[in-house]
Amino acid sequence: MTEPQRPDPDALLAEIQREERAATRGQLKVFFGMSPGVGKTYTMLEAARARKAEGVDVVIGVVETHGRAETEALLAGLPVIPRKKIEYRGVTLQEMDIDAILARRPQLALVDELAHTNAPESRHPKRYQDVLELLDAGIDVYTTLNVQHLESRLDVVQQISGVAVREAVPDSVLDQADEIELIDLTPEQLRKRLAEGKVYLGERAATASENFFREETLTALREMALRATAEHVDQDLRDVMRAKHIHAPWRSGQRLGVGVGPSPFSGQLIRWTRRIAAAMDAPWVAVYVETSAALDDDEKRRLTKNLSLARQLGAEVVMTTGDDVANALLAAAHDQGVTQMVVGKPFGNRVVELLKGGSLASRLIRRGGDIDVHVVGGVHGGGGARARRPWSRWVGFNLLRDCAVGVGGVAAATCVSWLLQGLLGYVAVSLVYLLGIVLLAMVLNRWAILLMAALSALAWDYLFIPPLYTLTISSAHDVMMFTMFFVVALAMGHTSHQLRTREAAERRRERRASALNRLLESVTASASLEEGLGCAVKEVDALFRSRTAVLLATAEGRLDEAPHPASTFSPDTKERAVAAWAFERGQAAGKFTDTLRDAGGLYIPLQTSKNRMGVLGVHFEERPTWTLDDNDLLETFAGQIAVMIESYRAIETAAQARMAEESERLHRTLLDSVSHELKTPLAVISAATEGLDTQLKGAELPLSETFLDEIKAANRRLERIVTNLLDITRIESGRLPLNIEWGEARELLESAVSQVENEVSRGRVRITVPDGQPLVRLDFGLMEQALCNLLVNAAEHSSASTPIEMSAQLDGKTLQLRVRDHGAGLAVGEEKKIFEKFYRGSGARPGGTGLGLSIVKGIARAHRGDIVAENDPSGGAMFTIRVPVETGEAPT
Amino acid sequence: MSGERTVLVIDDEAPIRRLLRLTLEPQGYRLYEAGNGQLGLQEAAARRPDVIILDLGLPDMDGVAVLKRLREWSQTPVLVLTVRDREADKVAALDNGADDYLTKPFGTEELLARLRAVQRRAPEAQEEPTFVSGDLVVDLASRTVTVKKKEVRLTATEYALLRELVRHAGKVVMHAQLLRAVWGPNAEGQSQYLRVYITHLRKKLETTTSGKLIQTEPGIGYRLLASE
Repeated sequence: MTEPQRPDPDALLAEIQREERAATRGQLKVFFGMSPGVGKTYTMLEAARARKAEGVDVVIGVVETHGRAETEALLAGLPVIPRKKIEYRGVTLQEMDIDAILARRPQLALVDELAHTNAPESRHPKRYQDVLELLDAGIDVYTTLNVQHLESRLDVVQQISGVAVREAVPDSVLDQADEIELIDLTPEQLRKRLAEGKVYLGERAATASENFFREETLTALREMALRATAEHVDQDLRDVMRAKHIHAPWRSGQRLGVGVGPSPFSGQLIRWTRRIAAAMDAPWVAVYVETSAALDDDEKRRLTKNLSLARQLGAEVVMTTGDDVANALLAAAHDQGVTQMVVGKPFGNRVVELLKGGSLASRLIRRGGDIDVHVVGGVHGGGGARARRPWSRWVGFNLLRDCAVGVGGVAAATCVSWLLQGLLGYVAVSLVYLLGIVLLAMVLNRWAILLMAALSALAWDYLFIPPLYTLTISSAHDVMMFTMFFVVALAMGHTSHQLRTREAAERRRERRASALNRLLESVTASASLEEGLGCAVKEVDALFRSRTAVLLATAEGRLDEAPHPASTFSPDTKERAVAAWAFERGQAAGKFTDTLRDAGGLYIPLQTSKNRMGVLGVHFEERPTWTLDDNDLLETFAGQIAVMIESYRAIETAAQARMAEESERLHRTLLDSVSHELKTPLAVISAATEGLDTQLKGAELPLSETFLDEIKAANRRLERIVTNLLDITRIESGRLPLNIEWGEARELLESAVSQVENEVSRGRVRITVPDGQPLVRLDFGLMEQALCNLLVNAAEHSSASTPIEMSAQLDGKTLQLRVRDHGAGLAVGEEKKIFEKFYRGSGARPGGTGLGLSIVKGIARAHRGDIVAENDPSGGAMFTIRVPVETGEAPT
Repeated sequence: MSGERTVLVIDDEAPIRRLLRLTLEPQGYRLYEAGNGQLGLQEAAARRPDVIILDLGLPDMDGVAVLKRLREWSQTPVLVLTVRDREADKVAALDNGADDYLTKPFGTEELLARLRAVQRRAPEAQEEPTFVSGDLVVDLASRTVTVKKKEVRLTATEYALLRELVRHAGKVVMHAQLLRAVWGPNAEGQSQYLRVYITHLRKKLETTTSGKLIQTEPGIGYRLLASE
């Protein structure tokens, strides 16, 4: 018996998550081809028409027909979402209107050309990001893609075709596709179509046509497309096998690592590794080793780009430090369980490499132990940046300034040496020069120090070493001295420079750690949310030289329009939209991100493990680059701020609940005692009158009955007024707890009629309720009271001989209750006023309080509905209550 | 029901107590009075009245508290009289052992009818296992229901519901109590069942001439009218 193969729990979890996501997420189908003109759009439209015929709600988000007649014919009958016009520098660009599609919520949207780059200032820079948002919203998407736009194939395509492709789609997007349909055509067929003029080539492609559509190119592209599709199919198959516990000979245990640096060549290495990793079905990590050597702005930018490319392509990014890159790489590789390491073929300076103990690749191979090392050759097509690099340094302002300081330093050292020469002798004055170099190395850059070392050596030789005022050196002893001086000057300059940069890095790290510490301390120490946020904003501003806005989430789960008072800037409408996006999606947006990057500020959601508390907006004063370190720190800050807001919110909520409870209790006590005081005498009067009535029955006292009736009528009126006053007080207090229950509309109407029998004679009321109405959920007690008030109101405003019509009708999820009389109707302009407190209608009889209708409105509002008063065209006033209700099954 | 019945009125309002005396004594009730909760409990223990009328707003303790204390040792029927018209208050009183409630101001006839209803025993305990109200006759022994002498066919659930209402005829029966009795202890909160079956029952039992037999007490429950 062999032990049954246990599935990898991580893989199982991933499978479960994938299935969960698939249940809510839209399905993505990619029509994939080797080049333009193979018929992707055509096939996609055909498939869409078939779905439409099945009754699926299909819309066209964007489809490019390129004027091909057969393709255009297929568009007929498919609804098109009009494109959004974007004005950019005087040109009108048309882009897919993603908001319109999201609002329309179709089941399936067609989005042509996945690799398309959107117009500047669109929500996302790339169309594939729009597609991902549609999928997130649960909308299925059909899209088209050519193999040359696949991120990992970019440089290979460039090598094959000689055409630089700018528009790229990360492979992870294709990995998310639920289905890939390859539109395959042999190169001959395609070339035939081309010759027949069936393939329209855009202007941009015109120059590329002779290269791109060569038979060899097409064959290579076709092979690539087939392979990419096969890889995906393979992945699908493996997912299935994993889910069904089918054991297959995995090449498991393999883990790839790639060293990433600021070099443009790193991008190629990353893509290469991704391809191999995908083929091996192995996870991969990208390792960056931070050395003490400072990076310039260009390098920082490229490094950030390379690392985010790696992340996009599915790598785990690991950062480590160390001056020996090979050792640091290997240490990280061991930590990460990497079995195969990928590095670039060396094309650095041989001499420097020899000093370091060989090239990086050879050092890795030598010390790698059981880690296999792949050495990958570079392509020099994109090497322009590399050639430019040193020159960008030469012309830098800092360099000129540093050199000037260096020359000044040498001059000063010369003066001092001149003065001390008599005292020390010409050999020892060299120490004065060395001192100068060591001191200035703490502040100057490397090239300036080199210059200083050379100048010092020359000055020493010229001014101090005999023969004086020549550059020649007479004794062998002095020649040795001179050479040693030069080497020592260089070495010391270099060492102190390194020391300085390392110290600077340390200081930077220290500053950040202490900023985080200060934030935590001030947050714990602050007495209120306002104070805490004020401290946090101050820390962020000081650290990032920025202005900061905190936008909090409202109780309804939306983002507050106005920034919190502690903010140091106020985002305008456009910026608020960016913040709102970041809040809704829970992703950073704005400057330095992939979303709405034209915005002035960077917006990071304030997310705790449970809740999203708002958005942190940061507007940088002057910051050309944004490193991973910066991002990491700002996100840590945002996390801390979010936790702080959450805890203050929790305290506030608890305090509010206590206060509400207390005031509710007070209110109820007051109302109870007032109603007790008012209602008790009324109860006595009515009961006593009734007793009197019984006693007088049969007695021949004609007037007494009339008097009694008057007392009874007045008492009823008083009772109603008291009830109304108490009711309006309760409604106005805003604490009208609804007692929602299931019930029938007809029952509600009938019970209201029986309640007001004394005021409204039963025979006047006609009730219309359609048969078979489902049950509804309402506060029946309150709604009955509303109807009673309306009935009494109707009776007061119409003659006793006319009917009062009452109806209930369910319109979808809205219950409509209507009371209509046949009186004089409402005076013009009165329709709204009659619901105001104490307003007395023009035709009202004297004695009312003008509260009845306000109470009705209050009750309708408490049900999240409303009431409308209008005149019926055929005469009389008509009151309609509309409230949203939950409906149940119809009683049969 | 014969002989002199005794009733204890626990209410702090003297006019109400006087009025109740004027109303009830001619009907053959002997009246005891108490002006607060403490006195009320003492009187209840000392006099052992047949029925208690209890006001919820008492000066020394809440009416519901009086009820709880009373129910620890006595099953005397209690009719709650209150100015509070919030459902929550009524439900609280019923939950704590009140038999029915009446809101001030009230009519004399209604008060007398409620008093009779709360004193009535469940029909099974009576000699005659038949319930009559207007045109409706329910024979609890043979499980037959007739309206205007014509037999009405009820489903098992409908009959169970009707029987529960008959057992407490004239008194309010709370939603939860009906649900528990008919559908079992897990059905509480499923008030839409109740609505549907009450609708069925009404359709079958209420003829145009009989008027409303089953009254809805919004937010609380139902009451089957009992004719005397």
